[in-house]
Amino acid sequence: MTDIESNPLTGQPAPAEGYVTADGRQIGGVLMDLRNITLRFGGVEAIKNISFDVREGEIRAIIGPNGAGKSSMLNVISGFYVPQEGEVWFKGYKRGPMRPYEVARLGIARTFQNIALFDGMTVLDNIMTGRLNKTKSGFLSQALWWGAAEREEIANREQVERIIDFLEIQNIRKTPVGRLPYGLKKRVELARALAAEPQILLLDEPMAGMNVEEKEDMSRFVLDVNDEFGTTIVLIEHDMGVVMDLSDRVVVMDYGRKIGDGSPDEVRNNQEVIDAYLGVAHD
Amino acid sequence: MDQLFYASEVFINGLMTGVMYSLVALGFVLIFKASGVFNYAQGVMALFAALTLVGIMEGQVPFSHLINATFGTHLSNFSWTVGPVVAILLTAGVMVLLAIVIEKLVLQHLVGQEPIILFMATIGLAYFLEGLGDVMWGADIKTLDVGLPQGISDTIEQATANWFGYGFFIDRLDIWATIIAALLVAALVAFSQYTKQGRAMRAVADDHQAALSVGISLQFIWIMVWSIAGFVALVAGIMWGTKSGVQFSLSLIALKALPVLMLGGFTSIPGAIVGGLIIGVGEKLFEFFVGPMVGGATENWFAYVLALIFLVFRPQGLFGERIIERV
Repeated sequence: MTDIESNPLTGQPAPAEGYVTADGRQIGGVLMDLRNITLRFGGVEAIKNISFDVREGEIRAIIGPNGAGKSSMLNVISGFYVPQEGEVWFKGYKRGPMRPYEVARLGIARTFQNIALFDGMTVLDNIMTGRLNKTKSGFLSQALWWGAAEREEIANREQVERIIDFLEIQNIRKTPVGRLPYGLKKRVELARALAAEPQILLLDEPMAGMNVEEKEDMSRFVLDVNDEFGTTIVLIEHDMGVVMDLSDRVVVMDYGRKIGDGSPDEVRNNQEVIDAYLGVAHD
Repeated sequence: MDQLFYASEVFINGLMTGVMYSLVALGFVLIFKASGVFNYAQGVMALFAALTLVGIMEGQVPFSHLINATFGTHLSNFSWTVGPVVAILLTAGVMVLLAIVIEKLVLQHLVGQEPIILFMATIGLAYFLEGLGDVMWGADIKTLDVGLPQGISDTIEQATANWFGYGFFIDRLDIWATIIAALLVAALVAFSQYTKQGRAMRAVADDHQAALSVGISLQFIWIMVWSIAGFVALVAGIMWGTKSGVQFSLSLIALKALPVLMLGGFTSIPGAIVGGLIIGVGEKLFEFFVGPMVGGATENWFAYVLALIFLVFRPQGLFGERIIERV
């Protein structure tokens, strides 16, 4: 596990053995390390030679203006895009090119910017799909509901009910997802991702399009998930205020490049970041 | 009074015919739900399954005509025959193999294409399978007998004759087809509602991206769905093959599945069943009551006219999902 050393390419290398956050949480070693990632679509470079790491237990944000390549970055991590150059290291091993479902099976769950739920299924069924990879018994015993399958299904249900309680969606348990309002859909999507008991949770704009109250709820859930389950979270967000309150370390992207990396305070005072957000003439 | 009994006999026979239509429609629905592909080849798959089953049972040498023509040999049959149960299992294996080949050679390369492209691919597949069936097992009409009872049931005829004074003519094969279809549907429902793979199948049917994100392999699900559709085709092939012989026209029963689907909705398993029953009963009763007035042969067109009328008033079918576009 030599790569647990701090990565020289990361802007603000955190100490190799982790660090303690302002609110006193212990952050561990490197869980995921992205090295020199470059992603092109034809002639367009969506991500230009970006490196950063994600540490165990932290909330890591990726911010940047529209079209900065944030979602592309998340899609690289979750396997939806395969970068032309660069390496993804996870838990000390280099990851080969993987399909999205293989990444999911590694323990990396995600939500989508535009919500990808199973509209025809109930909330409960949607969340249960998150448990698919935790189900081991054969399909015959599942269909006939006996032995290991029954125990497994009950264990899965218990876990899912815990998550439902946790996210306060008990009263819509049996509602088909298609009928839910936007804010609740976002919450169900988070629940489904949590049901997989991921090691890394990727959230693509979890608060986009929400009103203030919904944003506050969602922020609380993100913090609670990190706190109670110890889940490492990588999130993309537009709203600077939200990001600064939530995250331990922030990567700032602009036009596919990384222009800042560090604690919220460091990022806030970075001139390049200020320029990117307030807008200056590009030459 | 006799007229009423006769009408109810027609009704019951209609129900049984409807079950047979439902069996074919079921295969369409399965694939359409899971992958959005209207599988034109479903009927030919039933024919191919039935041909393979007969071939295996009789111990035919596959491709014997081709081999004989190429090498001047005179092969036709192995020296064995295979029992129905083993042969059905082997044929199911062939259908799974076929599903894998279709996924690897056709579907995998068309991921993300327009539905019309996939539909055209299945048309090609239909002609390919038709030819393959001929080359493998020969083009002659075959009889299929897997040991299902056939002919008019004497028990029912005598019992009803004693009760009502009118003997109902009901084919034992139809009764068995109904029982088997019911079991098949029950098994399919149990599979899709209670198993991990079934849940994954429903997930893929709903949203591909979301399915990937929870760790479902689309390839695996497609192979699985095509295998199940292949198995349903095999069951339909056995029933229709036993009833009217294994021959090319078997693949045309797929055309009867179309009105069934329009009636029941392309995405609903209960829809396929109810649609099949309505068409079956409808066309028999129509032939019985109206047929004599218009010179008969109404069964050929009644189903399509009924489906057209349905399209006008309920385009999504009885059980189909109503599409509401948010603007």
